[in-house]
Amino acid sequence: MAEPALSIRGLTKEYGNGFQALKGIDLDVQQGDFFALLGPNGAGKSTTLGVVCSLVQKTQGQVSVFGIDIDKDFSKAKYQIGVVPQEFNFNQFEKVLDIVLAQAGYYGMTRREALPRAEQLLTDLGLWDKRNGSARMLSGGMKRRLMIARALMHRPKLLILDEPTAGVDIELRRSMWEYMRRINRDEGTTIILTTHYLEEAESLCRNIAIINHGEIVRNTSVRELLTELSRETFLLDLAGPVSEPPVVEGFDIQRVEASQLSLVIHRGQRLNDVFGALTEQGLQVVSMRNRANRLEEMFVSMVEGSQNAIDQRAEQPQTREAQV
Amino acid sequence: MNASQTLIALWTLVLKEIKRFTRIWPQTLLPPSITMAMYFIIFGNLIGSRIGAMDGFTYMDFIVPGLIMMSVITNSYSNVASSFFSNKFQRSIEEMMVSPMPNWVILSGFIFGGMARGLGVGLIVTIVSLFFTRLTVEHPFLTVLVVVLTSALFSIGGFINALLANKFDDISIVPTFILTPLTYLGGVFYSISMLPDFWQGVSMLNPILYMVNVFRYGFLGVSDIPVGWALAAVLGFIVVLFIVALRMLERGKGIRS
Repeated sequence: MAEPALSIRGLTKEYGNGFQALKGIDLDVQQGDFFALLGPNGAGKSTTLGVVCSLVQKTQGQVSVFGIDIDKDFSKAKYQIGVVPQEFNFNQFEKVLDIVLAQAGYYGMTRREALPRAEQLLTDLGLWDKRNGSARMLSGGMKRRLMIARALMHRPKLLILDEPTAGVDIELRRSMWEYMRRINRDEGTTIILTTHYLEEAESLCRNIAIINHGEIVRNTSVRELLTELSRETFLLDLAGPVSEPPVVEGFDIQRVEASQLSLVIHRGQRLNDVFGALTEQGLQVVSMRNRANRLEEMFVSMVEGSQNAIDQRAEQPQTREAQV
Repeated sequence: MNASQTLIALWTLVLKEIKRFTRIWPQTLLPPSITMAMYFIIFGNLIGSRIGAMDGFTYMDFIVPGLIMMSVITNSYSNVASSFFSNKFQRSIEEMMVSPMPNWVILSGFIFGGMARGLGVGLIVTIVSLFFTRLTVEHPFLTVLVVVLTSALFSIGGFINALLANKFDDISIVPTFILTPLTYLGGVFYSISMLPDFWQGVSMLNPILYMVNVFRYGFLGVSDIPVGWALAAVLGFIVVLFIVALRMLERGKGIRS
């Protein structure tokens, strides 16, 4: 079996003030995967990825990129990695073309190699017309695309995207998704994505890890995760208004607005049964949608579950202390 | 990285640094030439003509090497300090940190960038001085050697300052409160032989005195201090500070969490 694109074992990070950002993370991302690393703010996503690309110094643990141990040959490992960070991290006063060409130079690419590559990437990402303009004149979405172009200059096999579509409008976000899918599918680039848009993870990624308080609380495929979803909430738009929510035995139905209902479906229940009952009561459903993204419901329940476990652990010593 | 890739990376960084200070030439290249022209007019021509000879030379001839050296020192230092700190501040230093470029290449790239500006400004000031006096160079090789070494030394100093700095104020403290007084008291405007014995002894503790004097020796053939000793001291400082800066960079001081 091929080496994983990324393998992390027992990764810990403790800051000088004693804060433990990572508490022994184990994680494998297989070659060619489109992988999501999810978690609430401050969970340890960016710290984990920071260690992989050398922006954060680990306290303990082992990290390998395509089988290359970063402690043994970080320089070689870095050739395999492209990074798109969360914050803009280029010199705003430099020209767009200069930024991507400089990055190629840092990887030892000659200008002759770098120029056609820059033209191709900037064209694909809709920035070629802006190549001679200062980076600070770009819109937020263009700046994000510039960072993607810069990260791909040296043809990395592993692309790390830390919230790449934050603050990007829907249309542009979807075109960026399509671009990421294309490089994952056509060029075989392994992609690790962190995002707060769970719709993005569900749409793009095959596998997923959820991190909270510096620990991986779940690591599985998106499909498997969704099959575990025990309940889903739908919003039903009705043809006409209702004054009271209809009563259908075994289903939780609430009135949201005059002509909108919320419906909770538990695993094993069938939508057909509800629609049949509503039709019998003279109600016409004209459209339906999930109230929240399916993954979002799962994510919230997992993060809450992990928080409860932490709270319980935190309470235990206090109980003992009280007994003493 | 193999040798040719390393060279490409180094050249990329040096070129980027040169582009940076030439892009903002009204802030980097123009002011020192105007300031030095003022020095030449006021101290060299107007006041200098009343001062008379210094160490057997006209006052203008005496101060020209010191003023060139002063420009080289301040520009080498401030170029690296402000450029590296700006990279830290804008987080564009991360572009270099995620790349396979070795730390010594990053350090050398900034040093060569600082030297390019320091020596470039030194050349401009030298050209400006030709409007006021005829320069003779007694020891050309030594003159070039000492100005290059001095520029390298203060570029490294600027790098360390920027690594330690947390805010923009921190990169102006050293030039304002340490570098400028040491330069002014480093024999740019006077020969230390004019000072009482005690202050001559104190002046000998000022490292800039050695650089200014060796540089002046290159031009005029006279120096207050032994030339060989001064060159050895500058070389020693370069080696020690380079190692210190490299160690700090490897540890990620101020740039890695």
